[in-house]
Amino acid sequence: MTNMEKYKEAFKEALEIDDSALTDELAFDSIPEWDSVGHMRLMASIEDAFDIMFETEDIMDFGTFGKGKEILQKYDVEL
Amino acid sequence: MLDSHVPYLKYEPYSMKAKEKSQFMVKCLKELTAHHINNCSEYARILQALGYNAEGIEELADFPFISVQLFKEFELLSVPRESVVKTMKSSGTTGQTRSQVFLDRATAMAQSKCLANIMASYIGKKRLPMIILDTELAKKDPRMFSARGAGIIGFSMFGRDVFFALDDNMQLREAELKDYLAKHQGERIILFGYTYMIWQYVVKTLRSGGKSLEIPDGVLFHIGGWKKLQAERVSTKAYNEAVRSVCGNVHIHNYYGMAEQLGSVFVECEEGHMHCSVFSDILIRNPRDFSSCKIGEEGLVELLSILPSSYPGHILLTEDWGKILGEDDCPCGRKGKYFELLGRISKAEIRGCSDTYGQ
Repeated sequence: MTNMEKYKEAFKEALEIDDSALTDELAFDSIPEWDSVGHMRLMASIEDAFDIMFETEDIMDFGTFGKGKEILQKYDVEL
Repeated sequence: MLDSHVPYLKYEPYSMKAKEKSQFMVKCLKELTAHHINNCSEYARILQALGYNAEGIEELADFPFISVQLFKEFELLSVPRESVVKTMKSSGTTGQTRSQVFLDRATAMAQSKCLANIMASYIGKKRLPMIILDTELAKKDPRMFSARGAGIIGFSMFGRDVFFALDDNMQLREAELKDYLAKHQGERIILFGYTYMIWQYVVKTLRSGGKSLEIPDGVLFHIGGWKKLQAERVSTKAYNEAVRSVCGNVHIHNYYGMAEQLGSVFVECEEGHMHCSVFSDILIRNPRDFSSCKIGEEGLVELLSILPSSYPGHILLTEDWGKILGEDDCPCGRKGKYFELLGRISKAEIRGCSDTYGQ
């Protein structure tokens, strides 16, 4: 699996959503599945997928599917 | 939070001394008050009735306060309803009307970042293994975003591998807890819970079984009222000793905050004093004439926060009773005011204040 596939898979699994929902604009609180509970699940799922640990600040800044890709660069994950 | 105030969230939470702090708060609160007057017509009318004049404000005590009760009776918003992303409801005791607070993205984000900054000053920026002394149900309940559930979710951001110590029937998951602690041996553990729930479902259970979790290095943050504990005649000291006897070597920080001002919380230091951070402040009001009390004088607690911009909750008179113990000189080294809470007053006494609405 490529990193991009892993990234998408983490979203689909944690939030129980389809591929079609995954655009860079997909935002926290913009769909019922990505609420604060879903967010914590999503963060754990991404951390597991790439074996990294986010800082609290990045968890809070992780506001969209697109922003998440930027944040992952900080952890040396190229998508 | 106002856009222009966002950079302040990077400030060290306990670094500002009295004079600078007062100027900083007055400036922020003047800007916030103007924002709420311009965007919340009910608030504008209250302030008009109170004769608010920004020019005349020199210190914090000059600002008009509104009663926290108003959020139970009215829906007060300073943003268009479409921008509301969360409606916070206070836990409320049975039979009581619950207050409602409307959060837009900016205010919700400011609350999280503010809490993160304050917490980092106690536990560092690294996320540590976390035990929530509560049940997962509290956050799963989809019907309402209660203060209890929100508190748990908000706090769980500072931890990793978050473990819920109670099952759905409020039973302590002792075996799983043991495994969890074994897995994180040698690491510092963060614990979080509500004051009375910890007492009722963790301390009492372990104590009656004569057990201890023997956590070698832990930090517990707990929040909630002391009312039920007072009824059981449990003092802070007895509480802390009991928690340590069943949990192990745990630093205990009680903290205080209202659903109406989430984020800018007040944390108890090693000396047992509640501290204001740079993002909030406290005043004590004399209940007879609402004049501002001096250090050491008891009265009604007024809380000020620079965070609320989506609802006019930046300057609130609470129903709590307390006194300021000092400013900038706590032996723990933190700057700012520190205080003690002494309980809660009955609702009737505060009525005179809400009655000014609509005059």
